[in-house]
Amino acid sequence: MGEARSEVEEKRGKLEAPLKEGWRKLPHALLIFEPATSLYYYTGDWRTFKPVRDRSKCIACLLCWVYCPEGCIYIASDGGIDVDLNYCKGCGICAKECPLGAITMVEEEK
Amino acid sequence: MGKRIAVEDSHAAALAAKMANVDVIAAYPITPQTHIVEELSRMVSDGEFDAEYINVESEHSAISACIGASAVGARCFTATAGQGLALMHEILFIAAGNRFPIVMAVANRCLSPNINIWGDQSDVMSSRDCGWIQIFAENAQEIFDLLLSAFKISEDDRVLLPVAVNFDGFYATHVVERMDLPEEEEVRRFLPPHRTAKYKLDPDRPLTFGAIGFPTIQFELRRQWEEALCNSKQVIKEVWQEFGRVFGRHYDVLEPYRMEDAEIAFILMGGSCGTCRVAVDRLRERGFKAGMIKLRLFRPFPKEEILEATSKLKTLITVDKHICLGGLGGPLFNDLRALFYGFQRQINVAGFIAGVGGRDVRVKDFEQMFEKVVKGEVSPEKHIFIVRGES
Repeated sequence: MGEARSEVEEKRGKLEAPLKEGWRKLPHALLIFEPATSLYYYTGDWRTFKPVRDRSKCIACLLCWVYCPEGCIYIASDGGIDVDLNYCKGCGICAKECPLGAITMVEEEK
Repeated sequence: MGKRIAVEDSHAAALAAKMANVDVIAAYPITPQTHIVEELSRMVSDGEFDAEYINVESEHSAISACIGASAVGARCFTATAGQGLALMHEILFIAAGNRFPIVMAVANRCLSPNINIWGDQSDVMSSRDCGWIQIFAENAQEIFDLLLSAFKISEDDRVLLPVAVNFDGFYATHVVERMDLPEEEEVRRFLPPHRTAKYKLDPDRPLTFGAIGFPTIQFELRRQWEEALCNSKQVIKEVWQEFGRVFGRHYDVLEPYRMEDAEIAFILMGGSCGTCRVAVDRLRERGFKAGMIKLRLFRPFPKEEILEATSKLKTLITVDKHICLGGLGGPLFNDLRALFYGFQRQINVAGFIAGVGGRDVRVKDFEQMFEKVVKGEVSPEKHIFIVRGES
């Protein structure tokens, strides 16, 4: 699972700092010289519905892991699945594909 | 010294890519460009030089493959025409916006419909705003020289933009002309055998090209690109000056012809410049103060040089081989009127559209344009079509 939110936000702030200096100081063609910086952007903030797993139904077949386009499904300590909600966009593909109906999309309130 | 050869213009383009020692050629055949990539394919197959020739399934893939190869530091070449250029359209932006130095030969061809394989400038003009450097060549020698220099321009760290070298489909591509072919050593004095890529994909030094551009930053990125394209004019001039020192053939962003005391002059691009010169000579014989400006560099638009070259003119005749359908005439007409208006210059711009769909533009057509201007038959708010019968 990812790092603490505050740490990630700090890294993102550092990465984006030069972009606030105006176009003359913009890095050439906006190239990014640090790998895996997409981790600094929480796509989970786009989400309306979050996947909730019913542990009694889940047989850990991991089809959800296969289908997740974001790669944010992890194997949990109990052998089932866990979702990294920092990156889960709430697309619902995991719930649709689960053969046992063990994942339900639940509306989030903030 | 090199040797003087007779060469089909398409093969002059192929020779330029060969002598530039390109690493990767990705292309798809399309009339009237086919002879270029056919010849390159033969050269690579026959072992005349070492390059990766990628047979792609479309022009969209051709330019995409060039981008991939360019991203890892390769010197890349492709060629296309008409519909092929149109199929590349979205990728043209990516090539330029991500600042990949790619060189492309474009054998200008009319876009369909109706099915027309002949030369006009509707293909390149429809790709006008893709952020490439756009150069127009008139004959075999220019095609070779400008393509060769295009690699040097494109790869300059101050530029890093793709370059399209345009020339007339059929009127250039399928004719045999005289050309001076330089020796390999001469070429190496001008262009190093390999590209030195400042930015390239390298597992040891990770780098991302073309990540997401949110509305908070995309505008700045576009602004930087526009600045780079405008600033490239200086580098283009420098490279052509160096070309002149090495090869003895001198190029500039535009080429005046009999402009010293001219009052009415033509401005145009590509192969019809040769015909226009003959028309200018005939008009001079008839006592008119006629001249011509051959525009070699179209993007970035050489504003200052055009203003200087036209400073004593009364009327400038633009000859476009493309109609900005539903707009205000041809692209050159639009650009020039905007330029003069912006600088509050009192000069008439008479817009003519000629040669669409491969229609021959004859000496007498240029004379007819000139006569219309002299007789006052051209109104400033209207452009004139050189079609059969009524314009």
